[in-house]
Amino acid sequence: MSPTSPLLFVENIHKSFGANEVLRGISFSVGSGEVVALIGPSGSGKTTALRCLNGLERPDQGTVGFTGGPEVTFGTKTTAKQATVLRQRSAMVFQGHHLFPHLTVLQNITIGPLEVQQRPKDEVINEAQALLNRVGLAEKANEYPSSLSGGQQQRVGIVRALMLKPDLLLFDEPTSALDPELVGEVLRVIKELAAEGWSMVLVTHELAFARDVADRVVFMDQGVVVEEGPAAQVLTEPRQERTRNFIQRLLNPF
Amino acid sequence: MDSIGQLALDSLWPLLRGALIGTIPLTLLSFTLGMVLALIIALMRMSSNAVLSGIARAFISAVRGTPLLVQLFVIFYGLPSLGATIDPWPSAIIAFSINVAGYAAEIIRAAILSVPRGQWEAGYTIGMSHTRTLFRLILPQALRVATPPLSNTFISLVKDTSLASLILVTEMFRKAQEIAASTLQFMVLYMEAAVIYWVICLLLSMYQNRLEGRLEKYVAH
Repeated sequence: MSPTSPLLFVENIHKSFGANEVLRGISFSVGSGEVVALIGPSGSGKTTALRCLNGLERPDQGTVGFTGGPEVTFGTKTTAKQATVLRQRSAMVFQGHHLFPHLTVLQNITIGPLEVQQRPKDEVINEAQALLNRVGLAEKANEYPSSLSGGQQQRVGIVRALMLKPDLLLFDEPTSALDPELVGEVLRVIKELAAEGWSMVLVTHELAFARDVADRVVFMDQGVVVEEGPAAQVLTEPRQERTRNFIQRLLNPF
Repeated sequence: MDSIGQLALDSLWPLLRGALIGTIPLTLLSFTLGMVLALIIALMRMSSNAVLSGIARAFISAVRGTPLLVQLFVIFYGLPSLGATIDPWPSAIIAFSINVAGYAAEIIRAAILSVPRGQWEAGYTIGMSHTRTLFRLILPQALRVATPPLSNTFISLVKDTSLASLILVTEMFRKAQEIAASTLQFMVLYMEAAVIYWVICLLLSMYQNRLEGRLEKYVAH
């Protein structure tokens, strides 16, 4: 593994839902410690692309792989089970958090390490408490998700992903379902993680946030990567017309 | 009037005993077996395998499309002509279990489908298999949704067990019939049996309310 080889590489992935071709040959990579923001209009395929990285969607063709493995080259015969190996290296934070409502906060974040990874209980509980403490939710460990605010739920969602000790964190519009006043607390946690050197792919509509935390921005439209480059360059001096239009629309919606 | 009151009092213990050794164990056993069968049928029905799903559909359709009394008679009086003689008790349990399964399978299936898709995905993404996600994450949530309709199934079953009297199972209603036949006090005995069924069902409804309260947290919002 050379120091320049990326952590994650995505090569030419295609994905159709019925007649609708959502991804038409997407390629990008994520370096170790790098934060990549996937931006683009709704329907551009960015969420589908992100889900392919975690095996939640199976591309019709193309390769998703991690340096050092696993690597999956998809075809029509690739099964759901074969795609699951990608979850060994990445963990997902969902837009709607998808916490388990029948489990306490502590159970939500330890069920993966304890029951799937089968790591020692003491160690897992200690880590869980330390992480909850970090995101300011130590006193919520024994509460059920329904008693938390949206922002707190999403912070638990992030801790649940961290507890799996992934090499790559995937965020699918982590603040889009939140009330505006709760967005900040979640973005703050993500920013801290980025500063700590976590590798991430972030699907987001928050352009200011993308510019703040992302090293690189990938702009997608209609299932292709239109432009990619350093965050500041793509977001302030986009080279492509479509990127420019998109950013203009987001900055001046009226 | 005195003698009627005395008869009601005297027959109370035999009827309660009929409930304790007949109605209640018959209900509990049939419901438990029925639920296991219902889960299997529900999973078959949701399977992408057309044969499994077809068998499940046919089973549900047949059970729901035929009277429980006919199902009981087929098993107890019909099967012996095919060489399979089954005693009253096992016959009753088989018939009631199958009947419960036919109704509960659809309840369980609907409850599983009501759990948001994101819950499955969250299970997968923390590394769980499909089966583990189902049992550890989806079914506990589905259970909450299914509790009210399954409670109805259970309460119906308590009353339906009276049909077992027709295939010679000694349960509460058969006791009432026996005493009524020997004393000719049909009204007293049948009303007494009706009241006992009613009280059992009232107690079950109260328990159902408490259970629903306890399961409240199991629902995804």
